[in-house]
Amino acid sequence: MSVLVYAESSEGKYKKVAFEATSYGKQVADQLGVDLHVLTIGGENPSELGAYGASNIISVNNVTNNSDAKVVANVIKETANNKGATVIIIDSSANGLSITPLVAVNLNAGLATNVVAVPSSTTPFVVKRKAFSNKAFNSTQISSDVKVIGLAKNSFGILENKVEASVESFDATIISSGITSTSLDKSTGTVTIADAETVVSGGRGLKGPENWGMIEELATVLGAATACSKPVSDLGWRPHNEHVGQTGKPVSSNLYIAIGISGAIQHLAGINASKVKVVINTDPEAPFFKAADYGIVGDAFEVVPSLIEKLKAFKAQNA
Amino acid sequence: MKILVCISHVPDTTSKINFTENDSKFDSNGVQFVINPYDEFALTRAMWFKEKQGASVTVVNVGSSATEPTLRKALAIGADDAIRVNAEPLDGFFVAKQLAEVAKNGSYDLVLAGKESIDYNGGMVPGMMSAILDCNFVTACVGLEIEGSSATITREIDGGKETLSADLPLVIGGQKGLVEEKDLRIPNMRGIMMARKKPLNIVEPVDFEPTTTTVSFEKPEAKGACTMIDAGNLDELISLLHNEAKVI
Ligand SMILES: Cc1cc2nc3c(=O)[nH]c(=O)nc-3n(C[C@H](O)[C@H](O)[C@H](O)COP(=O)(O)OP(=O)(O)OC[C@H]3O[C@@H](n4cnc5c(N)ncnc54)[C@H](O)[C@@H]3O)c2cc1C
Ligand SMILES: Nc1ncnc2c1ncn2[C@@H]1O[C@H](COP(=O)(O)O)[C@@H](O)[C@H]1O
Repeated sequence: MSVLVYAESSEGKYKKVAFEATSYGKQVADQLGVDLHVLTIGGENPSELGAYGASNIISVNNVTNNSDAKVVANVIKETANNKGATVIIIDSSANGLSITPLVAVNLNAGLATNVVAVPSSTTPFVVKRKAFSNKAFNSTQISSDVKVIGLAKNSFGILENKVEASVESFDATIISSGITSTSLDKSTGTVTIADAETVVSGGRGLKGPENWGMIEELATVLGAATACSKPVSDLGWRPHNEHVGQTGKPVSSNLYIAIGISGAIQHLAGINASKVKVVINTDPEAPFFKAADYGIVGDAFEVVPSLIEKLKAFKAQNA
Repeated sequence: MKILVCISHVPDTTSKINFTENDSKFDSNGVQFVINPYDEFALTRAMWFKEKQGASVTVVNVGSSATEPTLRKALAIGADDAIRVNAEPLDGFFVAKQLAEVAKNGSYDLVLAGKESIDYNGGMVPGMMSAILDCNFVTACVGLEIEGSSATITREIDGGKETLSADLPLVIGGQKGLVEEKDLRIPNMRGIMMARKKPLNIVEPVDFEPTTTTVSFEKPEAKGACTMIDAGNLDELISLLHNEAKVI
């Protein structure tokens, strides 16, 4: 018996979710009293994973495209079989979400996705998951011998746990995949909503796209991603991939700043998982205040520029 | 081209979520059920293939008879026929198994599903179906064109988009972008009349032991009251965010 984590990398670099999945895997392995194996495909510096408890690393070097779900799922299956893994943990990056269901079928395993915590019990094996678009949690029992866990992003966190990492190279069996990638269009330099620690979000209260300069500036000062409510993207003020909410992107950042957003239930569903929420709104009755941690009743056009100046001063002092 | 669209029957996005029987069951009392929002994009894209490329469109749901109004709505939007697999959707693997069986028996070229359903947010069913059927799979799909037996697909990735090509048969987990929101269809009177006469076939499930069960539900802890800060005192906000919340 062992626990297997798949640590995703992109262009050779590990993502935060890889460290989070490794930290989580370490805890589950300790809880079960078994070994942890961490699988990586194309990560340049596997021993980095040792900082989060990965003592046994399996590095696959003969797979060139780790964004092909079918190929990666087969490598995970092969490794799980080689190592006798009974719990397999995969993150919720875009690739992770594609791979997870395939691995479960390949291993004939019970699957729980959107998992937010270590098992509350190991016999029976019960994990807590997000459900109903963050309006509730659900404790799921997995009864199959092999169990696959899809770990929700930013819910467990990263735990430093430095160990000596041994790295074993492995040539995996590569299956033919029917899918070819023909082009990639990646925005570079900007923080994505999914990865961001802080998100600055604007709503219809900002009146028009010409007023987003201050939102972007506030985001730059905070190293944050920008986001918006649904009507804002529907009106074409902002790109669709910035729309957050139940039918848009989910946000699970540490800090979410909502400016000129009323706080409709569908919007809140997408940001419930964020830890600290700040709301700036002219209307003291705006429903968002009920879901917020810190609230300012005020006009965004006055509050935001002033907040930017004060934050700049704060950053300069605390740099 | 034969298209199968998987329709999940979920609480309307405005629903308050409550539980009964000691928090072990979802309380459907007073809850309005709708077609899962992501599946609406898939269904509308399927209608486009029907009108422009002569595809036939079947909609399918795994559920009890309570889901039939949702399937009728999909028929009213324009699907040709519907299938209901007569079983409670016990877990994602179980549902995928049932849907894969339907897909196999009907030899569909293209299976369109949503990227996740907004009740259990599993994001499991389409991928599991593709693995059971051993065919190609792309999720978080925001663009799909079909020519002959090959598809050009755009999917969302972290921080961008990727364009892919694949041969049919294919399973897609779709979302907004497959069609635009303004192009989503709502049933009109004629559609509703016609839907009454369209076939809704009920099939019995294949045997499959679910591998997961829901033990209990809980709601997030009630949040403490919001700390209000005067708009003229932003230094206090910064200090609270730094010292109390420790997020800046
Ligand atoms: C099926 C369905 C799914 C949906 N999914 C989503 C979703 O995923 N995400 C989402 O966001 N919405 C979603 N919605 C829409 C949602 O119901 C709301 O309509 C939407 O969130 C409102 O956006 P808003 O707060 O930006 O705009 P409004 O409701 O117009 O609110 C604007 C706010 O700005 C404030 N304001 C005005 N001027 C200023 C100023 N100068 N300074 C500060 N504040 C100001 C106002 O007081 C008001 O509170 C969905 C709706 C449906 C029916
Ligand atoms: N009971 C069901 N019947 C038909 N299709 C379903 C069912 N459950 C899920 N699906 C499909 O699978 C997608 C993803 O669902 P899920 O894996 O439950 O998040 C949904 O958007 C539907 O297209």
